[in-house]
Amino acid sequence: MNIQAVKAIYRYEMARMFRTVVQSIIAPVLSTSLYFVIFGSAIGSRITEIDGVSYGSFIVPGLIMLSIMTESISNSSFAIYFPKFTGTIFELLSAPVSFVEVILGYVGAAATKSVIIGVIILATASFFVDIEIAHPFVMVWFLLLTCVSFCLFGFILGIWATGWEKLTIVPVLIIMPLTFLGGTFYSISMLPPVWQTISLFNPVVYLISGFRWSFYENADVSVGLSLGTTLGFLIICLFIVRWIFKTGYRLRS
Amino acid sequence: MHPMISINGLTKTYAEGFEALKNVSLEIRRGEIFALLGPNGAGKTTLINAVCGIVTPTSGEVLVDGHDISREYRLTRQMIGLVPQELPSESFETVWNTCRFSRGLFGKPPSPDHLEKVLKSLSLWDKKNTISMQLSGGMKRRVLIAKALSHEPEVLFLDEPTAGVDVELRQDMWNVVEELREKGVTVILTTHYIEEAEKLADRVGVINHGEIILVEDKKKLMRELGKKQLVLSLQAPLDAIPSQLAAYQLELSEDRNELTYTYDTMRESTGITALLNELRAADIHFSDLFTSQSSLEDIFVDLVRKKA
Repeated sequence: MNIQAVKAIYRYEMARMFRTVVQSIIAPVLSTSLYFVIFGSAIGSRITEIDGVSYGSFIVPGLIMLSIMTESISNSSFAIYFPKFTGTIFELLSAPVSFVEVILGYVGAAATKSVIIGVIILATASFFVDIEIAHPFVMVWFLLLTCVSFCLFGFILGIWATGWEKLTIVPVLIIMPLTFLGGTFYSISMLPPVWQTISLFNPVVYLISGFRWSFYENADVSVGLSLGTTLGFLIICLFIVRWIFKTGYRLRS
Repeated sequence: MHPMISINGLTKTYAEGFEALKNVSLEIRRGEIFALLGPNGAGKTTLINAVCGIVTPTSGEVLVDGHDISREYRLTRQMIGLVPQELPSESFETVWNTCRFSRGLFGKPPSPDHLEKVLKSLSLWDKKNTISMQLSGGMKRRVLIAKALSHEPEVLFLDEPTAGVDVELRQDMWNVVEELREKGVTVILTTHYIEEAEKLADRVGVINHGEIILVEDKKKLMRELGKKQLVLSLQAPLDAIPSQLAAYQLELSEDRNELTYTYDTMRESTGITALLNELRAADIHFSDLFTSQSSLEDIFVDLVRKKA
């Protein structure tokens, strides 16, 4: 394995994050903090507890998921799309690297950024609401799995995109609605039965449910199913990336 | 010793059906400077990109130092540096960081000493902390060369390295290429400046419509295909070339003041002495004379036209 290449890509991408710290970290943390202020404190005080958890505390796992999913996609899709856009991708394509090193470098760096954002949001939330983490190891697992899976998804998106519009269309038109309808701000048990059934087709429900369980031991679906769904998503993304590098889809002519 | 690069029956047909390379076979010798010439769209860049792994060939085989570029891509790509034709740059990165990134990407551990040497040789040392977007086009071109050299390649592809750079910078780059030759680096150069190939290359290859139409030692090529001409400025205009001089196939200029004799330096006798004697016998006097030789550019244009 070309360890030097992994280090080079990782360090390069992390440097980009620190160079754009306002956009990379402060912006998502600020916008999520506003959710806490509005939904947690202002509106949340008028909403009764959900499964024995105050509304402000209840939305914390969902908001962390919302943030890390969108940031993971955004970070990793931009990381690979920008070299394609500027033409510097030629260097990566002519380098002695396989898809494994590329993934470890780009997805590793993007996932690190997402984890940092997740941790900062968690710390910020603790200033507004009471937070308990019943299963810290499971929480970390879900956090890591989600970051890596969505970074892989973003990476695929960045390769697939042939323009800036395509790069934003999937996060805005698909991921964002799925996240908002995936139980970020509510438990799906609060929905009418028909909508509960429909919600089960939304993969984000499983992520948020599992992550929330690690905090409050409350889940809309079983934790095993949540973990399985997240792992399944990760494996599918890995296979797609492997296929992309094998065939050169939208990379090599 | 096997060649540094061996290309056998390489073809590339793009998805839209365009055949960019047609059964190309070519050998590049170790340590030589090889100039690949050809008009726009001839297949030069496709050929380079196929060797470097950017373009997937439709069929054929490429060996670098005896290793297959598909099966042993890690080994072969480590040996190759590429300076592309365009000027892509990591706009917000410093020159130093972008070169350090390139070295790592090609599997080499950090070596500030080597990077310093490369940047100094390209007059980039004082720009090492400048971000790429603040550099001029010529400087960006140097950065691309520095990046390609940062991992100490044994083979360097220079795709139009001096396109759009000023005369001084072009001379600097030629010096860098000469230094690389002295270090034993094999350089494959594509260029539109035939003068560049004429100055630097050991051998010349001409590609047109995806086919290699000629590979020859530069000096031999210029000797064999290059025409030499003797131009005589006449003391008085000549109405017509006398019939006794027909064997020399002289050309009379439009203003009838110059006679041009084309001869072959490879022949035992150039015929110049005999011609001058015959001119005197025909009472044709001249006030001046000079000789000229075809440049590589003339030869290239001739070749491409003939094969078109």
